[in-house]
Amino acid sequence: MRAWPLLAVALLACPVPSHADEELRSFLIVGDAIPDTLTGKPGDAARGRTVVATRQQGLCLLCHSGPFPEERFQGNLAPSLAGAGGRWSEAQLRLRLVDAQRLNPDTIMPPYYKVSGLQRVAPAFAGKTLLSAEQIEDVVAYLATLKD
Amino acid sequence: MRRLALVVLAVFAATYAFAQTADKRRSGYADMDASVQKMQDDDTANPAMLWVQEGEALWGKPVGSANLACADCHTPARLGGMAGVAARYPAWSPALGRAIDLEGRLQLCRTLHQKGPALADESRELLALTAFVARQSRGQPVASPDDRRLDATLRSGETLYKRRQGQLNLSCAQCHDDNAGQKLAAVTIPQAHPTAYPLYRLEWQALGSLKRRLRNCLIGVRAEPYPYSAPEYVALELYLAKRAQGMKVEAPGVRP
Ligand code: HEC
Ligand code: HEC
Ligand code: HEC
Repeated sequence: MRAWPLLAVALLACPVPSHADEELRSFLIVGDAIPDTLTGKPGDAARGRTVVATRQQGLCLLCHSGPFPEERFQGNLAPSLAGAGGRWSEAQLRLRLVDAQRLNPDTIMPPYYKVSGLQRVAPAFAGKTLLSAEQIEDVVAYLATLKD
Repeated sequence: MRRLALVVLAVFAATYAFAQTADKRRSGYADMDASVQKMQDDDTANPAMLWVQEGEALWGKPVGSANLACADCHTPARLGGMAGVAARYPAWSPALGRAIDLEGRLQLCRTLHQKGPALADESRELLALTAFVARQSRGQPVASPDDRRLDATLRSGETLYKRRQGQLNLSCAQCHDDNAGQKLAAVTIPQAHPTAYPLYRLEWQALGSLKRRLRNCLIGVRAEPYPYSAPEYVALELYLAKRAQGMKVEAPGVRP
């Protein structure tokens, strides 16, 4: 019922995983994709699933639904994540996560690996990315397994 | 002549009916469970009525170095009652030369007329007095003033409403205009009408102002909430009031 504000409170109360101490990795956008991993190695799909399914981490299920029978409340502001790995390549999924506005300027999907160009970010989150480079790769690896 | 009048009347009636059915605005009330709706509708069940009663007591209590109660000045014979007043706020304050909301108006009477200290933001007393005054507009249409002096504030409210902000990089409009009625996890996104404030929120276990609600949304997108005294709130409140022009005041409401 009150998942959204509770979530906000939970997010502020928990120690925020700091992705600031880590320099933003550089990456190259080619067309609608980022071909190379941000970390130089493939991600871990199992960890990626946890990021996506845990609302406090990924926030994905605020907007998306997907194959997560254990999560009772899933959003309907966005397409289901089921089949995402069939529709998109890992490189395309990577850009989608890093900065979805590059694909759709009006998107509501937050930029998960971006710190510049944002306005009035709360001090606890300023200069930090929503997910770390490793988490991005884990989520990409997980989404790639969602073939149908 | 008679026929023309009838035609005019028919056209008017049709346009009016169209305008009625075309109005897609709905209060957050409409999305609530029947049990919560009943709580709002029934004064004996609405927890906000406790604050209204407290407000009524404060209304009659002399305060400040002027030793005057609200009731001493706001008599029907002198300044009129409070019916319909909340429906007109935010409004222009000639004394301050800027737009103020209802809380700001009460604070002005506190400091200027009662010559007492301003009440703390979101304090029980301020909420109680606001609820008492707002209750007297219940059922009346929102009547945000058509006042040129408010234009700049209204424009800045609209700009703020449409500006992306916070780590999630979302604007109010993206949720409340573009995605109202959709599910954000378990919650139906309302259209963000300010008609029920101040209101009792079950989650807060307390009465809260519209500012408190706006702060919740700002924190939700991981933006820095403005301080309570910031003009940004009044600007947003004015913009929300204009969007809700003509809708019924529900204050003091109840929300989950
Ligand atoms: C605030 C809402 C929101 C959040 C949070 C969100 N997304 Fe999205 N996402 C969208 C929307 C809306 C789209 C549809 C395309 C667009 O509008 O950009 C989308 C599109 C996608 C797509 C492409 C879907 C398809 O198959 O066409 C993927 C994959 C995706 N999101 C993954 C994620 C993941 C993973 C997360 C969490 C790490 C996430 N999203 C968080 C709103 C969101
Ligand atoms: C000394 C007289 C005096 C006292 C005491 C007083 N007010 Fe006022 N109030 C006024 C006057 C005069 C106005 C009209 C605007 C102005 O000149 O400031 C006003 C305006 C208002 C308005 C706006 C009315 C409108 O139509 O826009 C509200 C609301 C209000 N007062 C509430 C209160 C409350 C609540 C209290 C007690 C906490 C209070 N007032 C105490 C004199 C007083
Ligand atoms: C991510 C989507 C989102 C954004 C962005 C957002 N809100 Fe909200 N807002 C919500 C949700 C969801 C609720 C209802 C919360 C609940 O019932 O738990 C809400 C509630 C409200 C309400 C209360 C409506 C009622 O009926 O009581 C108002 C007013 C409001 N928001 C205004 C704003 C303003 C102004 C902004 C921009 C500063 C904003 N919101 C940004 C999602 C959002």
